[in-house]
Amino acid sequence: MTKVKMELKEKIVASYVAFENDVDINSEIHDIRTEAFQNFEKLGFPTKKLEAWKYTSLNSVLKNDFSIFPNKENAIEFADVKKYFIHDIDTYKVVFIDGKYSSFLSDTTHDGKDVCLMSSALSKPKYKSVIKKYFNKIAKQDNLTSLNTAFTNEGAYIYIPKNVEVEKPIQIINFTTGNDVATMIQPRNLVVVEENAHVQIIERHQSLTDNAVLTNSVTEIFSAKNATVDYYKIQNDKDNASLVDNTFIEQKTNSVVSVHTFSFGGNITRNNLNFYQRGEHIDSILKGITIIEGKQHVDHHTLVHHIEPNCESHQDYKGIFDARSTGVFNGKVIVEKEAQKTNAYQQNNNVLVSDKATINAKPQLEIFADDVKCSHGCTIGQLDEDALFYMQQRGIPKKEGKALLMYAFANTVLESVKIPEVKQRINKLIATKLGVHIGFDL
Amino acid sequence: MSKYTEEDLEQELKTKEYEYGFYTDIESETFAKGLNEDVVRAISKKKNEPQWMTDWRIEAFRVWEKMEEPDWANVKYPKPDFQGIAYYSAPKQKPKLNSLDEVDPDLLETFKKLGISLEEQKRLANVAVDIVIDSVSVATTFKKTLGEKGIIFMPISEAIQEHPELVRKHLGTVVPTSDNFYAALNSAVFSDGSFCYIPKGVKCPMELSTYFRINEGGTGQFERTLVVADKGSYVSYLEGCTAPSRDENQLHAAVVELIALDDAEIKYSTVQNWYPGDADGKGGVFNFVTKRGICETNAKISWTQVETGSAVTWKYPSCILKGNNSVGEFYSIAVTNHHQQADTGTKMIHLGKNTKSTIISKGISAGKSQNSYRGLVHVGARAENARNFSQCDSLLMGNACGAHTFPYIEAKNKSAQIEHEATTSKIGEDQLFYCNQRGIDTEKAIALIVNGFSKEVLNKLPMEFAVEAQKLLEISLEGSVG
Repeated sequence: MTKVKMELKEKIVASYVAFENDVDINSEIHDIRTEAFQNFEKLGFPTKKLEAWKYTSLNSVLKNDFSIFPNKENAIEFADVKKYFIHDIDTYKVVFIDGKYSSFLSDTTHDGKDVCLMSSALSKPKYKSVIKKYFNKIAKQDNLTSLNTAFTNEGAYIYIPKNVEVEKPIQIINFTTGNDVATMIQPRNLVVVEENAHVQIIERHQSLTDNAVLTNSVTEIFSAKNATVDYYKIQNDKDNASLVDNTFIEQKTNSVVSVHTFSFGGNITRNNLNFYQRGEHIDSILKGITIIEGKQHVDHHTLVHHIEPNCESHQDYKGIFDARSTGVFNGKVIVEKEAQKTNAYQQNNNVLVSDKATINAKPQLEIFADDVKCSHGCTIGQLDEDALFYMQQRGIPKKEGKALLMYAFANTVLESVKIPEVKQRINKLIATKLGVHIGFDL
Repeated sequence: MSKYTEEDLEQELKTKEYEYGFYTDIESETFAKGLNEDVVRAISKKKNEPQWMTDWRIEAFRVWEKMEEPDWANVKYPKPDFQGIAYYSAPKQKPKLNSLDEVDPDLLETFKKLGISLEEQKRLANVAVDIVIDSVSVATTFKKTLGEKGIIFMPISEAIQEHPELVRKHLGTVVPTSDNFYAALNSAVFSDGSFCYIPKGVKCPMELSTYFRINEGGTGQFERTLVVADKGSYVSYLEGCTAPSRDENQLHAAVVELIALDDAEIKYSTVQNWYPGDADGKGGVFNFVTKRGICETNAKISWTQVETGSAVTWKYPSCILKGNNSVGEFYSIAVTNHHQQADTGTKMIHLGKNTKSTIISKGISAGKSQNSYRGLVHVGARAENARNFSQCDSLLMGNACGAHTFPYIEAKNKSAQIEHEATTSKIGEDQLFYCNQRGIDTEKAIALIVNGFSKEVLNKLPMEFAVEAQKLLEISLEGSVG
């Protein structure tokens, strides 16, 4: 096993030279890349021996012979992929196919704000100051984030200036088409939201192939004073696609950032969601619904770092696990000594539907301040048999009854979704997952 | 308490050693420092152990040699030098004092606060005891009562001689020699400990306590305890005592194994108040303990612990719920003050059907201390209808301390019902104000609130322990106000 893993690592290491031919190696960014590359070379891929990867093994994924740079430009018809968009409302779109920007499917803007590409932001002088100030400032130096940083080239670049309220949501979609080979892509997104600005973002990774896909994505989000960021991650990929999604968020005073993660598919999905609160009266909201089956594996690894006083964080993750699926929840809340009057709340509820499903939960609290309100709750259980019986008595078939109960179970998360079309889409996805038709809107 | 520094203790030990002849040639024998196979053999020989026991120790030693010291716990301390420890010393003669007047006044003050009787104080402080209250005779009466019921309760070294078949059958079955670094070390070099066997259907009429076992000369550095409750029996076992214990051994690595056969019940209570180091965090005992019990069908094991001492505590009393309908319980209060560090919790391994476990953990941190709860609830694939309830509450006093929770929850069965709750809070200003208004001074009010906070666990302690433990909490937190 270790031997196999070495091979992918070696392949990546070897291809770095080829990668350097494509990018400007004299830029400051390249120094960051090189440093990150050396870091990855040293650390390698994570193994189960690392505490953070105790319950998630990438071994089965890493043994694929991934092509690191898809060499040809692939085009897809909009009609084929329309269903993966939130298409019933007008949105900005930043779309990538096999890691390459698709101008045909995208709808970007520079009108009073920048919704465009990382590659141009990295190379054009007018973005230099923003890149210098923000790029790779909060991303961790761990193995997979370093790997992404080393190969940073493309992704979404979103800059919302002061007092701008973006009038429509922004969709970031990564398609993979690799029809002949297993594909690995590493999108790198940067979102900077200045004072009083407001933005809504929907992110999706979608594989269009039956070959293996590994996405190692890194997103950095900076939210300045009084800014609001509303971020939705829709994960409903094919069974051959694995995703490691690393998100790092820095918040300043009075800002509100919420991230909703909907995990309904994929092979192995690992979400590393990190919040750093650098200011007072900050609110961080982390929510998620996981409904998986088969041999799917979803791992939510959250971190909320309370650094300054009077802040709040709310976490609410619900999981429903069927067949041989495995779920992991590792939620960590750190409250620093200075962060008095912190209010940190964490909730993780799980339902195991099948005997073969597994859930591993590790809700962690590390508290150094005394005047705080921190609580976490974690449950694992089943659907209420009595409630189900009650519904059956009243003519609701068992399947629908179960689905109703699961809806109710997940509803606390859905409730806070602010874009109605996204809520509807999630509703549909849940209904499909549960194999029922639900004739009402939540 | 806080006035008594390590230097004082050192000084005290030094002068007394000189004055009274701490190392009498006949009484005490200490091996040269260091550990190798020969030392392990020599310990075994010294104890006149049978061959199987020697082999067992050697095997443990060989495993230990290959192991690395664990560093995953949330504690920081200088790593002990395992070659710098003398691994065998026969029970030492402690300096005998002639009257209580010679005892350190601080120690007496603590005894007084704990409400320990004068005679008992003398015994604890190692003052020659009057003939009037003869603890030997008390112990003899105890032994007689136990003997009539067929209960075996004796030092494990004696048990190896007298009941080799029982010891051999059970020793190392719950905590194997290769379990962890410290358990392996303990298996190789343990000097003594307790062995307890309750025969079928017998309800042990009294609380068994090492405290009353008079032929044991103080707690050893590497203590080994084995409690076997045969089918349908019941025993309540007390370990440690509330009185402050000043041990010159820095490293303590004990192993406790509990075996509850079908329908048996073991209640194991610990109060630990070892030297925690001085207010600046110098000195103090490292307490690295492996405690585990196994439950057969319908059996029940209940761990109750009050931890107030030691500089570093690393302790996870666990239950393997192997049999159907078995029950595991863990009630804990861990108090840390000054520079103490505690990483403690439990493991509940559900393997049998309809198994239940309850975890109530109360952590209180004050001063500059760090207090962690680390627990595992594991539900195996075949553990139908397993039920767990965990509650970990932390109380923080002052903003220089830390409280941490690391619960691991693993469920592989859909019928499992697991609940975990954790809260962290401080003593409310309004609570204090309320008490102050009613003429209760702040120090007393804090004691009151802490007692209320820990009540669920204190209630689980046997009566005589509970009263003392309550006072112990007060003393441990003294001076941590404001």
